Amino acid sequence: MSAYLLHLAILGGIYVILAISLNLIIGYAGQVSLGHAAFFGIGAYVSALTSLHLNFPFPLAALSAILFSGGCGFLLGLPTLRLKEDYLAIVTLGFGVIVDLVFLNLEITGGPDGLAGIAPPRILGVSFRAPGMYLLLVLLAVILTLILTYRLVNSYHGRALRAIRDHEVTAQVMGINTPAYKVAIFTLAAALAGMAGSLYAHYITFINPESFGLHTSILALCMVVLGGMGSIAGAVVGALALTVLPEMLRQFKAYQDLIYGGLLVALLIWRPEGLLGKGKLSLKFISRE
Amino acid sequence: MELLTVNHLTKHFGGVKAVDGVSFAVEPGEIIGLIGPNGAGKTTCFNLISGLIPPTGGEVSLQGESLGTLAPYYRARRGLARTFQNIQLFSGMTVLENVLTGCHQRQEVGGLRALWPGAKARRAEARAEELARELLELVGLAEKGDFPADALAYGEQRRLEIARALAQEPQLLMLDEPAAGLNSRETEDLMTLLTQLRERGITLLIIEHDMTLIMGLCHRVVVLDHGQVIAVGPPATIRRDPRVIEAYLGRED
Ligand SMILES: Nc1ncnc2c1ncn2[C@@H]1O[C@H](COP(=O)(O)OP(=O)(O)O)[C@@H](O)[C@H]1O
Ligand SMILES: [Mg+2]
Repeated sequence: MSAYLLHLAILGGIYVILAISLNLIIGYAGQVSLGHAAFFGIGAYVSALTSLHLNFPFPLAALSAILFSGGCGFLLGLPTLRLKEDYLAIVTLGFGVIVDLVFLNLEITGGPDGLAGIAPPRILGVSFRAPGMYLLLVLLAVILTLILTYRLVNSYHGRALRAIRDHEVTAQVMGINTPAYKVAIFTLAAALAGMAGSLYAHYITFINPESFGLHTSILALCMVVLGGMGSIAGAVVGALALTVLPEMLRQFKAYQDLIYGGLLVALLIWRPEGLLGKGKLSLKFISRE
Repeated sequence: MELLTVNHLTKHFGGVKAVDGVSFAVEPGEIIGLIGPNGAGKTTCFNLISGLIPPTGGEVSLQGESLGTLAPYYRARRGLARTFQNIQLFSGMTVLENVLTGCHQRQEVGGLRALWPGAKARRAEARAEELARELLELVGLAEKGDFPADALAYGEQRRLEIARALAQEPQLLMLDEPAAGLNSRETEDLMTLLTQLRERGITLLIIEHDMTLIMGLCHRVVVLDHGQVIAVGPPATIRRDPRVIEAYLGRED
């Protein structure tokens, strides 16, 4: 595999994890989230900072990223319980913007310059610096994510989440503890996004706030919508497509946005449920029923 | 002991006294009819009992224990199940999956084990599916388990909602106008189904306008008007009660 293909595969794998985690929130539980990149960023920064300043070995740094990011997801999940969809959109959007500002303005995060010199992973003496090795590591994380999420969504949990998405009050009447599920899914999705962030940081070895802003949240959202709401395979396809597509369209750089926009519009017209999805993107928070 | 006790239950919406000091009780195994003209406060009573809205006053007890401000999902676990006047199915699911949501409360495990549903969870799922298929059979939807829920005819959707509530294995099943919108054949099927439930000893609280159904099925009837109980008793007595007749017929004034 050429170095360039390897690079794309690694990034693609990382985005697959990010897209799957976001799909849990919007595709399965039917909740709006417009700031998911914040968790990706939190994972990246926590992993980078703990390895730079505390000399944490990679597994420990990654675990810190997962736990810290998951904790932030839990904390964001709590207040959102009381919010109707339109407010949830605003709160998650605001959360993304605030986290981005924190990265940009804190001294410890290096401000706009970010953090450099993040060590490539080394696990039990084995270095994963070589791209081929790194791809292996990412694949391992992807497979772990796939197994975990497949099991969850194909169990009674998945059904409970879809019940919440379809009709929250009725889900409660069925005995489904909807607040607990919503917080749990925000926590889990944030933890997985944190893991993706950690993998990103130790691969690129240099991070700055630019990678974790609103456009990354929107990109993740597009991956989910393109691949299909409420489908894990869809999230995989969507993430890979939107990692590779920009590269293929490079020579048409000037028209890139035009092509994207056209594709998205075409999708919404001909296949609003995405390539592999079942549910449609809930726009209830825009067009109130 | 009384299964359900409703004590001075009150709900005001602004100036509207939708439910105004309602008290009644349901014994285990009883079939109780809750009737009254439109706007009498019947559905609001159900919403209060299932915990969807907080009362302005009064309380609801289950097996002698006050439910206080307990959330709907905890009330479901204590044994309350219900259907809705305007059918509320999970439209993104199949018929079978809808019934399976009723089994949720018995499938749940606590703590981090929930993250990794393993062999035990699969066995629970298999048991749940078995029960769900039995219930679909009972309500006459055995062939339609894999249909999308919203592909069912109206009468079938009503029966599916009942099957889903039964999957909760409730102590008390509350049905809000189960015959509404059904044609006479579907109403007969419903009557047969409800009679079967009665024979199984399931406790029912039924809101219904179809008097044949109420009179043929219920042990006792509670009559509401303007949010207040105006009569309680066996169907035969209720039918002759002048206040009931007036509430239903003497409206044009
Ligand atoms: N959420 C609500 N907000 C305001 N008024 C309500 C609400 N729900 C019910 N009501 C009013 O309470 C009264 C009783 O309604 P309801 O319980 O639905 O009656 P029933 O089921 O007996 O036909 C009606 O006047 C209705 O307009
Ligand atoms: Mg009603």
